[in-house]
Amino acid sequence: MQAFENFTGICAPLDRANVDTDAIIPKQFLKSIKRSGFGPYLFDEWRYLDHGEPDMDCTHRPLNPGFVLNDPRYAKAEILLARENFGCGSSREHAPWALADFGIRVILAPSFADIFFNNCFKNGILPIVLEAAVIDGLFAKATGGEALRIVVDLPAQTLTPADGAVIPFVVEAGSKHCLVEGLDDIGLTLQEVDAIRAYEVRRKQEAPWLFIGA
Amino acid sequence: MVAKTLYDKLWDEHVVRVDDNGTALLYIDRQLIHEVTSPQAFEGLRLAGRKPWRISANLAVPDHNVPTSDRAAGIADPVSRLQVETLGTNCQTFGITEFAMGDHRQGVVHVIGPEQGFTLPGSTIVCGDSHTSTHGAFGALAFGIGTSEVEHVLATQCLIQRKSKSMLIRVDGALGPGVTAKDIVLAIIGEIGTAGGTGFVIEFGGDAIRALSVEGRMTVCNMAIEAGARAGLIAVDEKTVDYMRGRPYAPSGELFEQAAAHWRTLVSDPDARFDRVVPLDAARIKPQVTWGTSPEMVLPVDGHVPDPDAESDPVKASGIRRALDYMGLTAGMPISEIRPDKVFIGSCTNSRIEDLRAAAALAKGRKVAASIKLALVVPGSGLVKEQAEAEGLDKIFTEAGFEWREPGCSMCLAMNADRLEPGERCASTSNRNFEGRQGQGGRTHLVSPAMAVAAAVTGRFIDVREL
Repeated sequence: MQAFENFTGICAPLDRANVDTDAIIPKQFLKSIKRSGFGPYLFDEWRYLDHGEPDMDCTHRPLNPGFVLNDPRYAKAEILLARENFGCGSSREHAPWALADFGIRVILAPSFADIFFNNCFKNGILPIVLEAAVIDGLFAKATGGEALRIVVDLPAQTLTPADGAVIPFVVEAGSKHCLVEGLDDIGLTLQEVDAIRAYEVRRKQEAPWLFIGA
Repeated sequence: MVAKTLYDKLWDEHVVRVDDNGTALLYIDRQLIHEVTSPQAFEGLRLAGRKPWRISANLAVPDHNVPTSDRAAGIADPVSRLQVETLGTNCQTFGITEFAMGDHRQGVVHVIGPEQGFTLPGSTIVCGDSHTSTHGAFGALAFGIGTSEVEHVLATQCLIQRKSKSMLIRVDGALGPGVTAKDIVLAIIGEIGTAGGTGFVIEFGGDAIRALSVEGRMTVCNMAIEAGARAGLIAVDEKTVDYMRGRPYAPSGELFEQAAAHWRTLVSDPDARFDRVVPLDAARIKPQVTWGTSPEMVLPVDGHVPDPDAESDPVKASGIRRALDYMGLTAGMPISEIRPDKVFIGSCTNSRIEDLRAAAALAKGRKVAASIKLALVVPGSGLVKEQAEAEGLDKIFTEAGFEWREPGCSMCLAMNADRLEPGERCASTSNRNFEGRQGQGGRTHLVSPAMAVAAAVTGRFIDVREL
């Protein structure tokens, strides 16, 4: 995984609660056996007026003018501002793959669905939980007028919107470390081979029925 | 000794190692695999030159893309076909057991796990599928994961996890006639909301849960994820133990008795402390119907569609307005005047034999209404299908005008050919009513199997108790 570096990015406001992963990337695109190429189909049913299918060339598809990412101000957004329970529903990792492929690196919301939240960290996306009042304030700044730019500093755990008021945020230490260093979880876990083997030896004594498998 | 919740017990038994900051390496006993969320995980293993840590801990089945009509010609859509074939190739390459499309044990991943006894009480179970919460009905810690974590489990048999908070939802009293496990869980989601369980593992307890069959308990745990929970759990009792007996992958003989003795300890201690307790009165739960585009947008069948102008929270009001617009409904209209075009009985929520029996009992001697364009019954597995046919349920359904299909996920998420057309309305026993879930522009109303049959034969959502 690529290391997460500090950046200044445009913040696109997606003003609806309970955005589910079916909306982020509809089911027909899940038939792909690849990990890449989902960006053009991000929010497909909201973003385009026609019906999208895998491998479709999106450059000439009719756009929904009312959808935030079709607003030219947000075409290069790297930060997505969202409402509560963002990423609920299906566990599909195609959702963060599509967001990352589009260019989204940070998502701000009052709450996230659990599986989606974890999946983001595996794909270099930083999901940040902020208090509802802070989110409301950011919506007010990001909507209308010029696009809002925010400086993201992960090591310092701060967001600085263009007006300069610093917003601190919380991130779990292990997840932060992996993002900053661009570490592969599996490699880290495999450093624990001896502990895993020892656990298995003990469990085979305690609960041998768990070791008959398919 | 400190009193423990069931979740505490399952967690403690599976911790390999824990960091100072509370991050644990958790051992995973079982992984279920399907075709949609696994190809990139297998590719990752191959690229890194890694092998599965414990091959026999995995069981694979294609379910999302498989056709439910005639399978003799294979899968027509080449993209779907490639994904199903890729699962087959990966399982062969890595030596993982797969119930392929032609195998009579094939079915929806969350139906076959328990059916085969691959799901065991007290185990940790994962799958690249959010509805893995289903298996919590057996007192197993079961949750959905993303593809990166599927690869992680394949490679290491472990996951990096932090412990969730614990919630007890206690459903006391007895359910009224015609009210089912599905109505319980929809009512719970209506009560706590789709984010109400975020950060929690939910244990479902109380008399009404104890009284449910194992199949009904799976329906409840299946939708724990729709309340945002990491996992759903139900304590082990004799029903659980009896269910496991004689299943192909379950232990047998003396080992079964040894296992059962341990399984019986998988209950929360009487004075165990939960971070949150939500009491619910079973007697007050009526048959439920969702009206909107989130499972929390649910009402009793005698309710009326809400009015956004009466909602004080602006985000909620705009959510209601958008949902009414998408669903083609007007504020204040009675739920009982909503008329579906299609009916779907199936999915990992409601496609087990008990669901089909309940549906057939109501369909018997009745006819699907002329206004219903299609009424599908999709059994959860090949074995459920065989059982239903042995009991003559298929005949009851087809005589009533339902189509009797082959097992798979089908119109729950419409990755195969079964789907809604734009604007079509469906009475569905599945788990998600998101925009476009059953086909772009499709409108989903989630109900129990009994309520789906009632809608099929009358052409609208009526209280099954009045049928």
